[in-house]
Amino acid sequence: MKADIRVALVGNPNTGKSTLFNILTGLNQKIGNFPGVTVDKKTGFCQLPDGRTAEIIDLPGTYSIYPKSKDESIVFSVLADKAKGMVPDLIVVILDASNLKRNLLLYTQIADLKIPVVVALNMIDVSEKAGIKINIDLFAKKLGVPVVPISARKIKGIDELKKTIAYANKIALQQDTIDVDAIAPQIIAQIKDDLKIENPYYALQLAHQHETVSYLSTQESDRIEHLEQEFSFHSQKAQATETIARYNFINDLLYDTVKKPETAHDETVSNKIDKILTHKVFGFVIFFAILMFIFQAIFSWSAYPMSLIEDLFIWLQSVVTKALPAGPLVSLISDGVLAGLSGVMVFIPQIAILFALISILEDTGYMSRVTFMMDKVMRKVGLNGKSVVPLIGGFACAVPSIMSTRNIENWKDRMITIMVTPLVACSARLPVYTLLIALVVPNRNVWWIFNLQGLALTAMYLLSIVSAVVVAFVMKFILKARERGYFIMELPVYRMPRWKNVAFTMYDRSKTFVLQAGKVIIAVSIILWVLKSYAPGDTFARIDQKYSQSQYTKTMTPDSLNKVIASEKLETSYAGVFGHMIEPVIKPLGFDWKIGIALISSFAAREVFVGTMATIYSVEGDADKMESVQQKMHSATNPQTGQPVFTLAVAFSLMMFYAFAMQCASTVAVVYRETKNWRWPAAQFAYMTLLAYTASFIVYHWLK
Amino acid sequence: MTLSQLEVGQTGIVKEFTDLEMSVKLMEMGCLPGEEIRISRIAPLGDPIAIHVSGYQLSLRKFEASTIILQ
Repeated sequence: MKADIRVALVGNPNTGKSTLFNILTGLNQKIGNFPGVTVDKKTGFCQLPDGRTAEIIDLPGTYSIYPKSKDESIVFSVLADKAKGMVPDLIVVILDASNLKRNLLLYTQIADLKIPVVVALNMIDVSEKAGIKINIDLFAKKLGVPVVPISARKIKGIDELKKTIAYANKIALQQDTIDVDAIAPQIIAQIKDDLKIENPYYALQLAHQHETVSYLSTQESDRIEHLEQEFSFHSQKAQATETIARYNFINDLLYDTVKKPETAHDETVSNKIDKILTHKVFGFVIFFAILMFIFQAIFSWSAYPMSLIEDLFIWLQSVVTKALPAGPLVSLISDGVLAGLSGVMVFIPQIAILFALISILEDTGYMSRVTFMMDKVMRKVGLNGKSVVPLIGGFACAVPSIMSTRNIENWKDRMITIMVTPLVACSARLPVYTLLIALVVPNRNVWWIFNLQGLALTAMYLLSIVSAVVVAFVMKFILKARERGYFIMELPVYRMPRWKNVAFTMYDRSKTFVLQAGKVIIAVSIILWVLKSYAPGDTFARIDQKYSQSQYTKTMTPDSLNKVIASEKLETSYAGVFGHMIEPVIKPLGFDWKIGIALISSFAAREVFVGTMATIYSVEGDADKMESVQQKMHSATNPQTGQPVFTLAVAFSLMMFYAFAMQCASTVAVVYRETKNWRWPAAQFAYMTLLAYTASFIVYHWLK
Repeated sequence: MTLSQLEVGQTGIVKEFTDLEMSVKLMEMGCLPGEEIRISRIAPLGDPIAIHVSGYQLSLRKFEASTIILQ
C-alpha cells in the first residue's frame, strides 16, 4: 500500500498509545524491524477523511527523548534521521489527560524538533470523572498546535483526530517551549554551523546522542566529540538544566489551563487495591496463587487443542503418504517438514495462553506491582524486578521470553536474564520428563495425598528455578556492569484489561514464535531427516535385502517387519553413526548410542526425544502414543549384560541432561538475534552443556 | 533529611540531589526541586518504595530515594 502521508505516534508508556494505534490501523498493520536494531517497528495504514492514506508508525513508549533503553533510543533516531527518509510528516503526541504534567515533558521535547505536531488528549473521560478541568482551547492556543480530546478505550474522538491529521499544517507552527540556545549556546551554534542544521534542539540532541545515532558519519561524530571537549559540554548537567526549564514552562502552562481537585479519584481506588495486592502477607500469597493459576492454565487448558494439532499433523502425514508415490520426497515432506512443523505448532496453545495471561497482568497494572514486590529478592541474585516476566514466560517457551527482556533497561541485568531463562523448565521438556518419570517412578501415593510421580515432576520444576537463580547469582560476579543499575518505574493506576489488546498480544507472540522458532526447527528437522534417512555406502540396500529373505517374510507380519527394518536402518544411518561416535563421551552418564541419537535429534526441539525413542525401539501400532513407547523402553535390555537399559539412574541422569543442556536451536538463534554477538549464545551453550554433563554424571553415579 | 528517611504517609518537598546521574532520571519523572512527594507505601521486603509525585505513583529503590534531599 502506498501512503500519502507518514504519521508517527509518540507518547509515554501507559497512555493508551497502542490502543490508539490499533484503532487507527485496525488489523491493517505489520511488525518489522527498524534497520540495524532489533526493535519491533509497528506500522499500519489508516484511511483519512479526505481520501488520502496515512502510514502510521507506532514508536516505543518513552518518558523522554533521552533514551534509557534500547527501545527508547529508536524514537530520536526515527524523528531525526533525514538521510533514511524515516522522518514523519506529522507527529501525533498522545498525552494522558489525567497525568498531564509528566506527559508534557516529552511533548515539549518533541515540539522543539519542529516537526508538525498534533496532540491527542487521551483518557479525557477518566480525567473529567476525576474532576480535572482542562481549558482545551486555551491549552491549544498556548502550545500553538491542534489538540483533540479522545478516549481510545471508548473509541471517542477518533474521527475528529483523523480529520485533524488530514488537515494538519505541513509546516511546524508550534510555539517555542524553552530557550534551547541558552542551555549550551556555543556548542549548539557550532554544531548548527558545521553540520548545516537549522534547528537548535536537534543540534543539542546530537551533542547528547551522537554516540548512539547510527546515521552520523565518523567525521561528524568525531567533530561533535571534539566540540564537546572544546566547550566543556557536560551532557548530564545540560540535561538537568533543560529538564528544569521544561518543567517551569509546563507548570506555567498548567497553572493557566488546568484546574484540579485535591486528590484524584482513580488514585485512591488504586491505593485501596494496592493495600491488598502489595500487602506483606497477602501480596505474596496472591502472587503465588496467580502463578499457580497460570501453570494450571498453561497445562490443562492447552491439552485439548494440543492433541487436536497433533492429530491434524498425523492426518496430514497419512494423506501425504497415501497421495504421493513412496520415495525420498514423501519421506522428506512427511517425516522432515511435517514432523518439524508439528513440533512448532503444537506449542501454540501454551504460548497463546501464557501470553494472554501475562498481557492481562501487564494491562491491568498488576505486573508492575510484581516487579515492585520482587525487586529486592531478584536484585540479590543479580537480576531485576523486571526479570520476573521473562522467567515466568520461560515455563512455556524461552524464545518469546528472551525477546521480552528488551524492556529491562540495565544491560547487565538483561544479559543475565537472557542467559538463565533457558534453564527454566519449558514446555518442550514436559513430554520428556513425563515419559521418563512414568518409566521409573512408581505411581503410588506417599503420605496419602502426594503422588510420587507428581512429586518427581514438581521437583524437576523447582530444580529449574533454583538453577536459574544460582547461575544468575554466579554471573552477577562474572559480568561487569556497563552502567549503574537503577529502578525508577511508574506504577500505573489499576485498569480493566483491554481485551482487544490481550487478543492482539496473544496473536502477535504466537506469530513471532512460529516465525522465529519455526524457521530454525524446520531447518534442523530437515537436516536430521537427512541424517536419519541416509547411510554410508549401500548399508540400507543390504538391510532391505536381508529382510526380503523368506525366513523373515514368512515368520513376521509385514507391519512388524517394517518396524524392524526402520529400526535397523536408523541404527546404521548417519544419525546412528553419530550416536555410536558420541557413545564414549556419554557412557559415563549411563547413556548408550541409542540415547545418543535421541540427544542429537532433540536439538530441533526437546520433545522430539519421545518420537525418536519410538523409532529406535520400533514401536508397533500408534507410535505417537506415549504408553506404547514406555512399554518398549521398559523392556529394552542391554545386549551385553542383559540388564534393563532404563534404570532409575539412567532415567534421572537423562532428566538432568534435559534440564540443563541447551538442546534448542531456536533459543540459540534468538539469543544471537537479541545480543548481536555470537559470544553470548556460545557461552550459554558451553556453560549449559557443562552443567548438564556434570549434573547427569553425579546423578547417575549416585543412583547407580 | 533525605526522602529515604520518611515514613509511609509523610510528605516532603524536594530541595536538591546528591547524585547528578540519578537526578537527571528522577527529574524527568517529575521529581523536581520544589515538588511535593508523599510516601505511598513500602514494598513488602522493605525495598523499593512507592511515592506519590506530580499526580502519579512512582517506585524507586531506597538507595535512589536517599539521593533526594528534602527541605
